Amino acid sequence: MSSTPAGTPPRTLPGLDRQNRAYWTGGAEGRLMIGRCSACRTFIHPPMPRCPACGDRRVEAEAVSGRGRIASYSVNHQAWLPGLAVPYVFAAVELEEQGQLYVFTNIVNTPAENVEIGLPVEVVFEQHEDVHLPMFQSRGGAQ
Amino acid sequence: MTHAGLPEKQVAITGVGQSEVGRPSQKSAIALTVDACELAVADAGLTMADIDGLATYPGPVSNGDGFSPVGATETMLALGLKPTWVGASTEGHAHMGAIFCAIQAIASGLCRHVLVFRTVAQATARAEVHHAGIIGGGRSVAARSWGGQSWTLPYNALSAATLYGLYAHAYFKKYGATSEQLGAIAVHSRKMAALNPNAIYRKPITLDDYMSSRMISSPLRLYDCDTHIDGSTAILFSRRDVAKDLKRPPLAIEAMGMALGGIGAGLHTGDFTSMPADIAGRMLWSRTDLKPSDIDVAQIYDGFSILTLLWMEALQICKPGEAAAFVEGGSRLGLDGVLPMNTSGGQLSAGRFHGYGHTYETCIQLWGRGGERQVNDARVGVVCNGGFGYGAMLLRRD
Repeated sequence: MSSTPAGTPPRTLPGLDRQNRAYWTGGAEGRLMIGRCSACRTFIHPPMPRCPACGDRRVEAEAVSGRGRIASYSVNHQAWLPGLAVPYVFAAVELEEQGQLYVFTNIVNTPAENVEIGLPVEVVFEQHEDVHLPMFQSRGGAQ
Repeated sequence: MTHAGLPEKQVAITGVGQSEVGRPSQKSAIALTVDACELAVADAGLTMADIDGLATYPGPVSNGDGFSPVGATETMLALGLKPTWVGASTEGHAHMGAIFCAIQAIASGLCRHVLVFRTVAQATARAEVHHAGIIGGGRSVAARSWGGQSWTLPYNALSAATLYGLYAHAYFKKYGATSEQLGAIAVHSRKMAALNPNAIYRKPITLDDYMSSRMISSPLRLYDCDTHIDGSTAILFSRRDVAKDLKRPPLAIEAMGMALGGIGAGLHTGDFTSMPADIAGRMLWSRTDLKPSDIDVAQIYDGFSILTLLWMEALQICKPGEAAAFVEGGSRLGLDGVLPMNTSGGQLSAGRFHGYGHTYETCIQLWGRGGERQVNDARVGVVCNGGFGYGAMLLRRD
């Protein structure tokens, strides 16, 4: 679990609802929960109540491996808010379960200069209030 | 194939107006709006009594961030309009969504003359309102995020620069493009802005200036990001059969194209080296017999320089991966280049009129009113807007 330095402005957390709660709270049990169609087995993210591939309405969140690769990223150097710790890495991670199954995240516990497209990463969770933000770090743990 | 029955073929642009540009302006946002609208209506030789439709994007946003301080209703009252139809929506194809609605209102017979405007006061907001510059910011910052933003905002993607940095890195990696190539867009925009009296930044920069400018969200530097301003633009759309009797030669809307999706929608397909703008480009060219090689002048969206490259490819001006080499050095983009581009200085240098500056400039060029920055005998212009909703138009002077 990564930590937040004192004085850092709070993140604008996601509002939780029936559709997204599994994704944002699965980290409480250490699980990355992604919607999946019960009929054609397509993974769906962001979570939606209908499978865009086959139209089936039986979409259920299930735990995935939490592994993937960085599809693209940006190292943010601009302190948009007073006290915002920079630089930080914003990225899209392609989960290994399915091509173009992307989640947006921060890359943590990994020096920014080591971040590159294709870097293998794994999920870690950072709790803020009732939200467990899925973060990703270079695979193999903290460096 | 005939395209004569398409809605955009029933509509022409008959007048344009733009307020002063300020960083900040001393005028109120509604005063800037009235300035732009009065200019546009007079430009067509009409009066307010002739205007029977009014549209804007996105409609009033009251959180003080300056993104859209003026709505259609307020403007209707300020101008004394009695329109049959008024439209505005944050939904749809972003900047050009209001224009597409205006086209449909005219083509369906609802209106004859629709005034479309866009007003921003982001320079004033940044001076006065804490958090005005961040996504979801304003007088108060929402406790929680919802919808498309809720997938990126919790990760401190507080600016679109952070989101679009992903496009730039993926594009660089896949095609071997470089910062020096991307920087050519910023250098070119300043060169053009120097010729535009209503541009906010008119002092030229060099590629060295670009490369030494501070990194905002890699690989995007300061000069890759557009410039917040106060200002308003108005464009007047008229039914083709009444347009021919007005003051200016009507500009035909040869074709339009639109699409939605991408990072801004919280959802992405593809490999981050293109946007759903590709769909808008294909739609545009399916509605005309003209070809990309017929373009005389191009106003390509430049909220961030990387969007310009992606849009050039979406509009089939360049093949995928080839836009970066096309813009390198900037010579192809100049007034006598093969593709005179962003002749006002665009949003990077003229200021963030948020899409409407690009449509305004296309009309100025096609009417031959560009002064020092005029492209010789420009008859076909392409204009595109957007990085989350996408719109494009091909305009033509007969």
